[in-house]
Amino acid sequence: MNSLKIIWSILLKDLRVEWRNRETLASMCVFGLLIVFLFNFAFESAREETLRLLPAVLWVAIAFAGVLGFNRSFSSERENDCLEGMTLAPVDPSMIFVGKMLANLLFLGIAEVVMAFFAALWFNFSFLPALGQLLLIAFFGTLGYAALGTIFGAIAANTRMREVMLTVLQFPIAFWILIFSIDATSNAMRGNPEGNWLAGVGRVGGISVVFTVASFLLFEYVLEE
Amino acid sequence: MNKKFPIWLHFVLTLAGLVITLYMIFLYAPEEMTMGEVQRIFYVHVPAAWVSLLGFIIIFIASIVYLMKRSQHADELAHATAEVGFIFCTCVLVTGPLWAKPAWGIWWTWSPRLTLTFLLWLLYVAYLMLRSYLVNPGRAANLCAVVGVIGFADVIIDYMAIRWWRTQHPQPVIMGGANSGLDPRMLATLLVGVGAFTILFFLLVRVRLSLAEMRRELSEIRHALAFKLSED
Repeated sequence: MNSLKIIWSILLKDLRVEWRNRETLASMCVFGLLIVFLFNFAFESAREETLRLLPAVLWVAIAFAGVLGFNRSFSSERENDCLEGMTLAPVDPSMIFVGKMLANLLFLGIAEVVMAFFAALWFNFSFLPALGQLLLIAFFGTLGYAALGTIFGAIAANTRMREVMLTVLQFPIAFWILIFSIDATSNAMRGNPEGNWLAGVGRVGGISVVFTVASFLLFEYVLEE
Repeated sequence: MNKKFPIWLHFVLTLAGLVITLYMIFLYAPEEMTMGEVQRIFYVHVPAAWVSLLGFIIIFIASIVYLMKRSQHADELAHATAEVGFIFCTCVLVTGPLWAKPAWGIWWTWSPRLTLTFLLWLLYVAYLMLRSYLVNPGRAANLCAVVGVIGFADVIIDYMAIRWWRTQHPQPVIMGGANSGLDPRMLATLLVGVGAFTILFFLLVRVRLSLAEMRRELSEIRHALAFKLSED
């Protein structure tokens, strides 16, 4: 119960900060939309091309928007030495990780809904027929991506040029989460011609859970002085 | 590292191993039937690939040891291995396309092994960049060990993922030649090459480690000196 309370208070703190300045979410949404817009504009696509392009466009937009958010997540804690305050608090550092990760997951999830909505409009494509599968894929893909982003955001906050450092760490390691998410999304959008959609979700989920658990276990070493 | 095995002997062994490897590559191993002379790059390419994978395994083990025991030696070993492993991984990525262009007609293809090597190279880059960009060097060991462990988890996932990936998108069988029907003389050359590269790898890591040791001693002397001066 106690650890749940800690997670909840950290999540609530991040949401409150976000509510007051609305910087992270706004920049994530706008940046993601710009990517979707640019791709839509660059490839005036017919339906078959949309099926081929759209999953990759969406996940690339999610990947870049996510990195923006993860950067803010810990660099904002460094201002006014908030991070030190959190580290000194007599709580399990892993709970801080879960709280921060949930906040990142939530922000990225909201940005994804916005991006998917406009992608549906601009590409003239309906996600509704496979909505349940797509939501599941998006959840697992975002979970692993946000877990890695949270721990690497915390690591990159200790470096010069932290924006660059975060992307350099995040992309090679989150590579397969993105690739398999794109693959599963594409399969679901086409009505599963490649067979069982659960296998695709299973791959994304498996990799995401591995990275989430690894980040959870290792996070205490990141905060340690 | 072990003081009973003097570094000059290690150096002589490495030199001998490399000379024998060169002899075997160019004079002992037979010419490959379809690819011709260019196939001889294989004896440099594969040992380098093996060593760069070995490097990340050592980084992983050293990172775990550091996180459990806080041993500074483990941290220095991980750093030294990363620098040397990066060089070998770069060597793989340079020799690969040089061989691929005449053999396959293309410089690059996203086949599983190429993808794995490229991701490994990116991991080395990320690891070394993190080492050099950290603001507070006191925390470097901790943070790099964390990246070392997650990075190795990524290498294992790469290894499995390229199999899943392959089952979905069958690749043309162009990489199959290495293990099927290798001439015994070719195999011998390859094995000697792998041995020589492994010895070379450990020699370089050793030299790099002694440099780290000297740096540490120097900073200790500097601290002691500053302390003494402030006392006087």
